[in-house]
Amino acid sequence: MANGSIPVVVALLAATFRLATPLIFAALGGVISERSGVVNIGLEGIMIVGAFFAVYGSSLTGNPWVGLLFAVISGALVAAIHAVLSINLKADQTVSGVAINLFAGALTSFLIFKLFGRQGQTDGVAALPYPTEAMAKIPVIGPFLAELNWFVFMAIILVFVVHYVLYYTPLGLRIRAVGEHPKAADTLGINVYKIRYLCVIMSGVFAGLGGATLSIGVMNLFREGMVSGRGFIALAAMIFGNWKPFGAMGASFLFAFAQAFEILAQKFGWALPTEAYLAFPYILTMLALAGFVGKTTPPAADGVPYNKGER
Amino acid sequence: MANKNTTSSKLKAALSTLIFPIISIIIAMFIAVFFVMWAEGENFFVATGTLFQAIWEGSFGTSFSIIETLVFVTPLLFTGLANAVAFKTGLFNIGVEGQFIMGIFAAAAIGLIPGLPAVIHVPLVLIGGMLAGAIWAAIPGFLKAKVGTNEVINTIMMNFIAMFFVNYMIMGPLNAPGKATTPLIQDSAKLWRFLGETNRINIGLFIGILLVALVYVLLWKTTIGYELRAVGLNPHAAEYGGIDIKKNIILAMAISGAIAGLGGAVHVAGIQYQAIQLFGFTNFGFDGIAVALLGKSHPVGVLLSATLFGALNSSSLNLQLANIPKDIVYLIQAIIIIFVAADYIYKWIGEKRKKEAMING
Repeated sequence: MANGSIPVVVALLAATFRLATPLIFAALGGVISERSGVVNIGLEGIMIVGAFFAVYGSSLTGNPWVGLLFAVISGALVAAIHAVLSINLKADQTVSGVAINLFAGALTSFLIFKLFGRQGQTDGVAALPYPTEAMAKIPVIGPFLAELNWFVFMAIILVFVVHYVLYYTPLGLRIRAVGEHPKAADTLGINVYKIRYLCVIMSGVFAGLGGATLSIGVMNLFREGMVSGRGFIALAAMIFGNWKPFGAMGASFLFAFAQAFEILAQKFGWALPTEAYLAFPYILTMLALAGFVGKTTPPAADGVPYNKGER
Repeated sequence: MANKNTTSSKLKAALSTLIFPIISIIIAMFIAVFFVMWAEGENFFVATGTLFQAIWEGSFGTSFSIIETLVFVTPLLFTGLANAVAFKTGLFNIGVEGQFIMGIFAAAAIGLIPGLPAVIHVPLVLIGGMLAGAIWAAIPGFLKAKVGTNEVINTIMMNFIAMFFVNYMIMGPLNAPGKATTPLIQDSAKLWRFLGETNRINIGLFIGILLVALVYVLLWKTTIGYELRAVGLNPHAAEYGGIDIKKNIILAMAISGAIAGLGGAVHVAGIQYQAIQLFGFTNFGFDGIAVALLGKSHPVGVLLSATLFGALNSSSLNLQLANIPKDIVYLIQAIIIIFVAADYIYKWIGEKRKKEAMING
């Protein structure tokens, strides 16, 4: 995790930020999509695709920023499949999400074989550069900043952006209206399908970024099983954060802290089994949903396909 | 009641339910051929030839491959049926995976008990698996019925909790020293491998097929099944008709979980003989979703689509030998589900008709 010279607290904090970043991205994607009324279980799959294409883009051009672009575009494209299925074709959104998760896993394994001529993982590529040395020189918070990467900053900025858009712009009002009461929104001349398309595709962009965080942010390659359920933890973070950008970020930090703390606890030989830490986000989310911890209210029209003209 | 119409309308209904899955399969295969063309640089006809030859030979080409295919089909029968029961009640049990894992765990634990005769031990293992799965599924069922929380989210969460719990047990209390598994179960807990020890096929397959019939009888020939389906078709109408929705939601989840857990137990008692540390999901539960969807949640449909998916899975090794990426078979499965999901327009019309038909008796 950290090199020996930095204090444990700093290492723990930095690890929390790093581990939270992919969760924040994907959870934000979930917030956007579900706020418009479309459940997106496919976040996991979109992250996988994003992670792969980030590496592919970087390997094609040698430029990790192009990889980032690839991740965003591929995430948007996969999300577009989900949008067509769940908005136009009124597919069961859970089914569609499950299909996307299956599809993403199979597709990326296939593409590793086809594009890299290997199995299981890609070649190493140029990862997103980060000025560790320069950051370390910043007084006080330098040692902490040096342990991060650009994705961390991007994720946190996007939380503010999404919060602003959702609550302080006409577009955000429309998104929330469509997710709460699509018929009323429709009556007022808001194009429900268009808003939902936009939101689902944006959720793909965000989840794609989350995937890229794992492949070219933390490491420099894509490996099968790399995302390993983070899309679902993000889903949990979104719920635990009560479908709000800052809530989702807070939940992501909480879950990430549990993970980071586990690494530390192991070092000290504290007794809880690893699996307990791993299960923590899921148990907490179930408790939250059941109303034992906090209170969660999903958007009223979440997961309900909208039929124009149905009474 | 309109008796004269039943035969022809039944036939029509059967045909119309079959047509979309079949179209989905054909389109998915077609798309898969393009992936093969791209991977191998072959033209359409050659790619079609290589792909289908490899799939056929790998799944039904030799007697050994047929036996292995049936080994792959067996767990999918259970997980497919488990999902089907939930779907029929209007529930989405993504947790079949976790319930299957709990079944694996229970069977691997109970299978260790020494000194029992097989006639007692085998049923004990199977019942243990069923119970573990049923309890694991009843929790989200209960939460849905009493608190109103979404079963999709809760079952996803419980899949992970099951995986971590079972991993903890495998690496902790039930660990076989020096291995990432539990110890092998007693001989008395093993299911009979009727083609000899070297062939993994076992009577679990027949338990699965028997279950296909049982689920059919349960859903269509008993009051319990009638109530479950009524809740699935229209909960409000069901409640108006005096059916206890909450009870039926919990019951449906418990039955679904019991079937999934039984599948896990059969997998341990027939194939693995132990629980092995999981580095990811077994995917039997998720494949079961696909199997149930493609089979239109009908037990016979599940039998057919489990055979298809089992055959695809078992042919993946042969594909690799033929230098075709094995992921093609999983791509086929995913694309099938995408297209099955997309037939919603049709389903919507169908359901409307069904509801009208219900009103007319």
